[in-house]
Amino acid sequence: MNILKKTTLIGGILALSLGFAATAQDTLTIATETGTQEIMLKVKPPAWSPLPELISGLVFRSKETQSLQADDFGNPGMVFVEQAWESWNTTDGSAGKSCADCHGEPAKMAGVRAVMPKFNKDKGEMWTLEMYINNCRTDRMGADAWKWNSGSMVSMTGLISLQSRGMPMNVAIDGDAAPYWEQGKEMYYSSTGQLELSCANCHEDNYDNYIRADHLSQGQINGFPAYRLKNAKLNSIHNRFKGCIRDTRAETYKEGSPEFIALEVYVASRGNGLSVEGPSVRN
Amino acid sequence: MKPFLLVMVPVSMFAFATVVAAADVIPGEVMYQDGAVAASLSGAAGDADAGKKVMTTRSLGNCVACHQVDALSSAAFHGNVGPTLNGAASRWTEAQLRGIVADSKKTFEGSMMPSFYKKSGYIRPGNAYTGKASAEADLSTLLTAQQIEDVVAFLKTLKE
Ligand code: HEC
Ligand code: HEC
Ligand code: HEC
Repeated sequence: MNILKKTTLIGGILALSLGFAATAQDTLTIATETGTQEIMLKVKPPAWSPLPELISGLVFRSKETQSLQADDFGNPGMVFVEQAWESWNTTDGSAGKSCADCHGEPAKMAGVRAVMPKFNKDKGEMWTLEMYINNCRTDRMGADAWKWNSGSMVSMTGLISLQSRGMPMNVAIDGDAAPYWEQGKEMYYSSTGQLELSCANCHEDNYDNYIRADHLSQGQINGFPAYRLKNAKLNSIHNRFKGCIRDTRAETYKEGSPEFIALEVYVASRGNGLSVEGPSVRN
Repeated sequence: MKPFLLVMVPVSMFAFATVVAAADVIPGEVMYQDGAVAASLSGAAGDADAGKKVMTTRSLGNCVACHQVDALSSAAFHGNVGPTLNGAASRWTEAQLRGIVADSKKTFEGSMMPSFYKKSGYIRPGNAYTGKASAEADLSTLLTAQQIEDVVAFLKTLKE
């Protein structure tokens, strides 16, 4: 990438970091291997949303963090995506198949992440991206299921999310999804733990405020999996939910639990319209 | 995220609060009048300097996580989820301040401010910041009766 382009980019990011109220820009241009790609950082919410505007979590991070995500060569999450690409092409399990044997190029997964979680009609239940991946591994490849937070699984969700980057999140909330959405909504507004805090306390009532030095975002999941500078790896959605609930001094739920699947449906839908951003960079 | 109150503090650190000193009012038996509490919860006077420490220490009150206080500006970054506490003693009486710190929800309905002198009535209470369940009987108050008095003593110095 040439220096000139980089300078303009950083200029744009600086403007963005001044705070979203006044001068912030609504898009971020990411330098990719082949050119540039635009993602929406602020969009109009769906009609039912309690939020006046949907804002990417990136807007609330420091300009250093933002600039990492603005350049695929600087985005530390891409190392894990590359590992997943290798695993995509590697045969595993008793059927002697790789993901590529059936799905072709990862690019064939374009659009998949934008609609997850998605009701699985055959199984009659709500499935997340992790569950679709594991189903192929166990039922179609004869391979072991990956653990929810394992490097292999989270990296693969990174590779698949990247194929949808820039597309608007568009998770269904009606029909078969409705009861899950209702359950997730109920959880979102429940105060948990000895601190008696709900997701909404921090991410709806207080986004753009600070808890100590933490600049609160809307707690959106369009950027997942997220590379966190704090633990230097890609992190799953459910892992983030777990951390936030734990910090209310509450008993958390497990990754992959029915509760977290319902919560994911609801939280994903609160970001409907925001660009798929994964793998994002956060602190 | 960085946990903002008691972060990865060994469980043993909480032991002190479980032991209710003889003269302490039992958490469930505090008398609130319109949110205010007239008498000292520990039976003793508070120490403003100790209160300062409680307010700025992450593993204790960590009040500055949500409140900006000029008199505590030497402590790390203050949050702004709650209002500034500058001049709090000009807005509230000692009894009201004690009530707010002990259980703010009795003064501000549905407040986001944690109840610091309470042990029951929670949804899915955890064992501190472990994410594991805790039986209600094993919970301690977030602050001891004396720590609440110390905080109140400090708040009383915040006059405008
Ligand atoms: C033996 C062939 C086969 C292999 C190997 C395979 N898949 Fe699949 N996969 C399928 C089929 C068939 C579907 C269902 C397609 C549909 O319903 O449109 C599917 C569905 C999926 C879906 C859900 C897509 C959607 O839009 O709902 C994902 C994600 C997925 N596979 C990922 C993977 C990954 C990752 C691997 C390798 C670890 C893999 N698959 C290996 C055949 C395979
Ligand atoms: C005490 C305040 C607090 C509560 C309550 C809370 N969170 Fe968070 N959450 C944070 C902080 C601080 C961060 C890191 C900064 C940010 O993005 O807001 C965060 C980050 C997140 C993120 C990552 C956002 C991104 O763009 O990377 C998600 C998702 C999230 N929270 C979801 C939730 C959900 C769901 C709940 C309820 C189960 C919840 N949070 C409850 C404070 C909270
Ligand atoms: C999670 C955030 C949070 C924490 C932690 C917190 N508070 Fe608050 N506090 C609030 C909010 C929000 C209000 C505003 C009342 C309301 O809910 O309407 C408030 C109100 C107050 C008030 C009344 C403000 C005024 O002067 O008008 C006082 C006094 C107070 N808090 C003291 C404390 C003390 C002392 C601590 C630590 C022991 C503390 N708070 C910890 C959120 C918090």
